[in-house]
Amino acid sequence: MKFGVLVFPGSNCDHDAYHVISKHVGQPVEFVWHKQTDLSSYDAIIVPGGFSYGDYLRCGALAKFSPVMQSVKEFAAQGKFVFGICNGFQILCEAGLLPGALIRNRDLHFICDFVNLKVENQNTPFTSEVEKGKVLSIPIAHAEGNYVCDDATFQSLEENNQIVFRYCDENGEITDKANPNGARSNIAGICNLNRNVLGMMPHPERACEELLGSNDGRDIFRSLTKTISQI
Amino acid sequence: MSAITPEIIEQHGLTKDEYAKILEIMGREPSITELGVFSVMWSEHCSYKSSRVHLGRLPTTGERVIVPPGENAGVVDIGDDWCVAFKVESHNHPSFIEPFQGAATGVGGILRDVFTMGARPIAAMNSLRFGPLNDEKHGNRNKSILKGCVDGIAHYGNCFGVPTIGGEVVFDESYSLNPLVNAFALGIVRKDQIFFGKAEGVGNPVLYVGAKTGRDGIHGATMASAEFDEEALEKRPTVQVGDPFLEKLLLEACLEAMRSGAIAGIQDMGAAGLTSSSVEMAARAGTGLELNLDLVPQRETGMTAYEMLLSESQERMLIVAKDGREKEVVDVFKKWDLDAVVIGKVVEGDRLKIYHKGNLEADMPIMAVTDNAPKYSRPMASPSPKSKVQSPKSEDLRPSTFDFRQSLEKLLASPNICSKRWVYRQYDSMVRTNTSILPGADAAVVRVKETRRAISMCLDGNGRFVAVNPREGAKLVVAESARNNVCVGAKPIAVTNCLNFPSPERPEIMWGFSEVIDGITEACEKFETPVISGNVSFYNETDGKGILPTPTIGMVGLLEDVRKLITQGFKNEGDLIALLGITNDDLSVSEYAQTVLGYTTDELIESGEVPKLDLTLEKQVQDTCLNLADKNLLKSAHDCSEGGIAVAIAESCFSSLNRDAVGAEISLTDENLDAAAQLFSESPSRIVISFAADKLEEVKEIVGDCPFAVIGKVKGDNLKISINGEESVSAKIEELENAWKTSLENQLEN
Repeated sequence: MKFGVLVFPGSNCDHDAYHVISKHVGQPVEFVWHKQTDLSSYDAIIVPGGFSYGDYLRCGALAKFSPVMQSVKEFAAQGKFVFGICNGFQILCEAGLLPGALIRNRDLHFICDFVNLKVENQNTPFTSEVEKGKVLSIPIAHAEGNYVCDDATFQSLEENNQIVFRYCDENGEITDKANPNGARSNIAGICNLNRNVLGMMPHPERACEELLGSNDGRDIFRSLTKTISQI
Repeated sequence: MSAITPEIIEQHGLTKDEYAKILEIMGREPSITELGVFSVMWSEHCSYKSSRVHLGRLPTTGERVIVPPGENAGVVDIGDDWCVAFKVESHNHPSFIEPFQGAATGVGGILRDVFTMGARPIAAMNSLRFGPLNDEKHGNRNKSILKGCVDGIAHYGNCFGVPTIGGEVVFDESYSLNPLVNAFALGIVRKDQIFFGKAEGVGNPVLYVGAKTGRDGIHGATMASAEFDEEALEKRPTVQVGDPFLEKLLLEACLEAMRSGAIAGIQDMGAAGLTSSSVEMAARAGTGLELNLDLVPQRETGMTAYEMLLSESQERMLIVAKDGREKEVVDVFKKWDLDAVVIGKVVEGDRLKIYHKGNLEADMPIMAVTDNAPKYSRPMASPSPKSKVQSPKSEDLRPSTFDFRQSLEKLLASPNICSKRWVYRQYDSMVRTNTSILPGADAAVVRVKETRRAISMCLDGNGRFVAVNPREGAKLVVAESARNNVCVGAKPIAVTNCLNFPSPERPEIMWGFSEVIDGITEACEKFETPVISGNVSFYNETDGKGILPTPTIGMVGLLEDVRKLITQGFKNEGDLIALLGITNDDLSVSEYAQTVLGYTTDELIESGEVPKLDLTLEKQVQDTCLNLADKNLLKSAHDCSEGGIAVAIAESCFSSLNRDAVGAEISLTDENLDAAAQLFSESPSRIVISFAADKLEEVKEIVGDCPFAVIGKVKGDNLKISINGEESVSAKIEELENAWKTSLENQLEN
């Protein structure tokens, strides 16, 4: 099993994802430069957080044209796993690997804080190991995490159980107060129809140690490694 | 005919005497380009001409000091061959003219100072001071300055990928139209991989790397060396525009190029841009430099030599490569899509020669520009002894009929004590996954992944104390900084400072400055925390009104074992709460006097006294706290400062990540002190701790003869405080916390 962590010039959570995979998940992992196009040696690609190419335009709008993203599309089409976190989620939406878009937070501010997440679908490669009913405590750090999509897309996301995470309160209730950024229907993370591509705004790689305030993020990485090892 | 008229000299901020010195150094009339170089290098901002005679008194040596002041940032040893590089620097003037870009480029500049040393930045902090948000005349302006600064800091730090983990936000009338923005950054570097800003090795090529040069920021350093008036906003073009994405590329490229071994010296182009970086690098190495400006990457056309030398375009570096290895450097920068161009070389001798379009535009002796820069022993005068006016009257401070519960709630919601969550929530405080104590604590902590250690840090200032008594005020600030580190379980190891003052041309200001230096020196010697870097910012005044003299202390501490870190919140029902230290009658310059009794800052300064500080007691309290932490006896520790013990205890009750709010029952007894003093006095050298009840004997044994008193226990969900047996405060924690938490947000969002 081998993980690849994409490195755009403005990625800044690439080291964090790498650290978690190598140290806490205990799997081989390599950095993948944005100009690289051969992804054949990897089982899963992590598109990390950061500011890909500065993101002075829309977040991820330039990244979708990068050489590596063309390969990521093929990689995903082969059924291999692609995991976008924060800026990675924005890039996957821009690249058309996931539906919808992420716009400015409701209050227009960057927000860095721990939030609570409800796992809406445990039947994905990324959530199979999360204890049923468990509310995950995982931080967000973004200015553009307000998930939007049209009604038809929303309906199909719901029908196909593609909504994987929703912002909730500490008891797991989906409330407007628990919604940090105004995302439609409190959506924090979604997957594609095939369940092999996941994008989420919260940062599970920042929640893998008690010292940092939570290790709930481990559940997600553990689910993914278990899925890969069973293939 | 002379091209340099008296008007031109004046426009360059040079005095007649300074110009005479230039004539003497040059042996001829300087060209306008040369005059420009002198003007920025001899500006207060670059030359420290008013402060240098005093700065030499600061203690700068110690066992851990690897790089003392003089480089881009100071460096201290944290063990196992790892070091930290850090510095704090002001960006006050630009942040007033253009808050967003001013604050953003302040962050950019300090980050470059740190990674120039070869250190990867792992933490940033900010000390921010603004005028009151509810000020009748300037309230809206103060709000917009605050919002702009916070937005700018977030924009830059978040994109760059450094966690902004702490600092302070303080309000006072004197910072209306004179905001203070002091940016701090800390990086980590292996001891054998530290780089220096030296132009070493005759024949070595000089490379320009990073962003292209434009006309922005010309004379920024000169601007920052003058007071403001109504025309300040016309100076907007002297503020630069930051590009954090480019800075990120520059960081990665610089660190990668450094690892290649092809770099001999490196320096960031900050204030005075290409001029100061080249002159300072050559001066440190004792070499000469020849540069050809035709080769400098430019984003505007038709720039003159004068403009290129004085531009303060951001995100640029000057690198001296090892001869023959320049291509390796260029290749690394190419990988990151950055310009890297050889623009000159290191030569023998002591001349800086600048060529442009075939002309020798500047030819000047380097040491004369740097070491011979003017150095003033400006006149000093202590203010006339206070005519003890009668306000605040001593009895006024002791109303017997006050509602103490209401006073406490008012204090908790006051601008200087309330939660600054609205601010720090906009900063990415967790990127790089090292932040072990999040913003809002006495000190923030990042662990060092490569070791078992962690680094704590805080920024502290107290303009009111320093205004009342500069020497004692400075000592109090250093003591509080050290205490803040101790409260998270870290041993203070070194200091950086940013000395924000009004005009040095006023004798009483200069006297205060000198006193502050002596105060910092005395306290730093006591705590064995050398000053390893810093910055001076004079002329913080607008329309003749100056700020409170505000030295900002950045103290860094070391935790040998990150597992031993202490947080400020009470943990378990039944735990005992105790006070280390002694409460005295220190109300006359307090938040209580200002917020509850309504005295203005001027009134407090006029008649108040600073708390009395005994450095030996302070050290004893701190050492005791560290010993208790080291023995794993502490459940919590929290510094007792603004708002006194009542505020400290309330804050320890409030909820935090993974921890619900808890109540406390406190009983304070001192027959010699009235209730107000016992609750709200701001005596230094005090720490509120908590520990398991069955550890009391062990705790007492370690405490020894350090002043110590058990004052209560963790209990229920109310805060109850009795004074000399009489209940003074009884309040639901939830209500107090709500007042504390929402105050700033309510002011800014409504």
